Amino acid sequence: MLNLWRFISKYNAFFFLIIYLTISFVLLIRNNDFQRASNFNTSNQIVGSIYQEVNAVNKYLNLNLVNDSLANENVMLRNRLKSSFLDDSVVTQTVVDTINRVKYEYILAEVVNKSITSRNNYITINRGSKDGIKKGMGVVGSSGIVGIVWNVSENFASIQSVLHEDTRITSSIEGTPYFGPLIWEGKDPGIVTLTDIPNQLDLKLNARVVTSGLGVIFPKGILIGNVLKSGVKGGGSFLDISVKLATNFYALQYVYVIKNNFQSEQETLEQQNKESLNE
Amino acid sequence: MNSIIKNILRYILLVLIQIFLLKNMVLFGLNTPYLYILFILLLPFETPNWLLFFLSFLIGLNIDVFNDTVGLHASACVITAFVRVSITSITVQKDNYDSDPEPTLSIMGFRWFFFYALVLTLTHHFFLLNLEVFRFSEIPATISRVFISSLFTLTLIFIAELLFFRKKQRK
Repeated sequence: MLNLWRFISKYNAFFFLIIYLTISFVLLIRNNDFQRASNFNTSNQIVGSIYQEVNAVNKYLNLNLVNDSLANENVMLRNRLKSSFLDDSVVTQTVVDTINRVKYEYILAEVVNKSITSRNNYITINRGSKDGIKKGMGVVGSSGIVGIVWNVSENFASIQSVLHEDTRITSSIEGTPYFGPLIWEGKDPGIVTLTDIPNQLDLKLNARVVTSGLGVIFPKGILIGNVLKSGVKGGGSFLDISVKLATNFYALQYVYVIKNNFQSEQETLEQQNKESLNE
Repeated sequence: MNSIIKNILRYILLVLIQIFLLKNMVLFGLNTPYLYILFILLLPFETPNWLLFFLSFLIGLNIDVFNDTVGLHASACVITAFVRVSITSITVQKDNYDSDPEPTLSIMGFRWFFFYALVLTLTHHFFLLNLEVFRFSEIPATISRVFISSLFTLTLIFIAELLFFRKKQRK
């Protein structure tokens, strides 16, 4: 027994290494488990409020970039106004529309913290469960897609950004029926890769890549970016398309969280399909 | 007592610099400096092992909480602490010094400190970035990130050390 104790105390550094490494790995693996919300992250109340204070100062530094992107968005929205189209119809009448109900609602949120340079990046916003934000909602910025809500606390939420190895957003090239998952290969925070697009597609440079509208998270046609270049990887029958992201993550200050009012209905239906298959 | 306060202040300062400033600094793609490991480097030699490991784990976890990467920095820091114990037990004979020596540039000299900082920085960055990516196919890209980030971190470590350089006689 004494010899054992002497052995342990002689190589104590090694045993400390084992103990602490085990603790860290347990934390690391538990945190990777997508189903389990962890307390140790930036949606935590204390960390979130510290970041909010600091962000109040940081906001001024990005002000001109943010203004530019908001102004651009205003132009885009104004172009869609009914009054900016030539109206040549004579008949005017008011129609009470009971068929078109609002499917997607947008919740404005301010970015209080973000990471861009890690392999897996997250963004923290100052809206939480109090404001109706739930795990798995989509997030877009003023110029394009941003990510998916990951963890939610009462006042804050953290977003798994597009720049994360587990983020897969189904997207397609505008005007074509093909779609595939969008992945980030972890090299350049401005470029993502669109995979699984069949190579018979006649691809044009700078074609718009948009969300496909499949699934319940994002509405159809939200801009992701523009095609930078495409190439067939290893003689396969699918294209790997490099896409220049429309969102400038460095200047991201305001984002919109998308709430799908028919999400639970669609999910219940799809769940039923699975259950009836399993029976 | 003096040394304890100094280390607590250093801890707070380095964590604040890391999470609010250095996290947003990028060099050639995805390379960021991780200056906070300077805290582990500069803990006094007479720190007992249990405290060294505990403090390394704590500062790692602290950075993790602010980066949404629980356990990642903590594990890299614990490995760094282990390498530090090994290096100091091989290269430092405590009898050769008058006062209690500290692992700083001004006391230990350039050659020793450079070796010490280089090995610890490379270890930390290697494990941190590889654990973060955790994919064999991306190892070449990760190794290049390790080297460029280490260069970045080492530069900052030497700038910080030269800023607080105090000339002390070495026997």
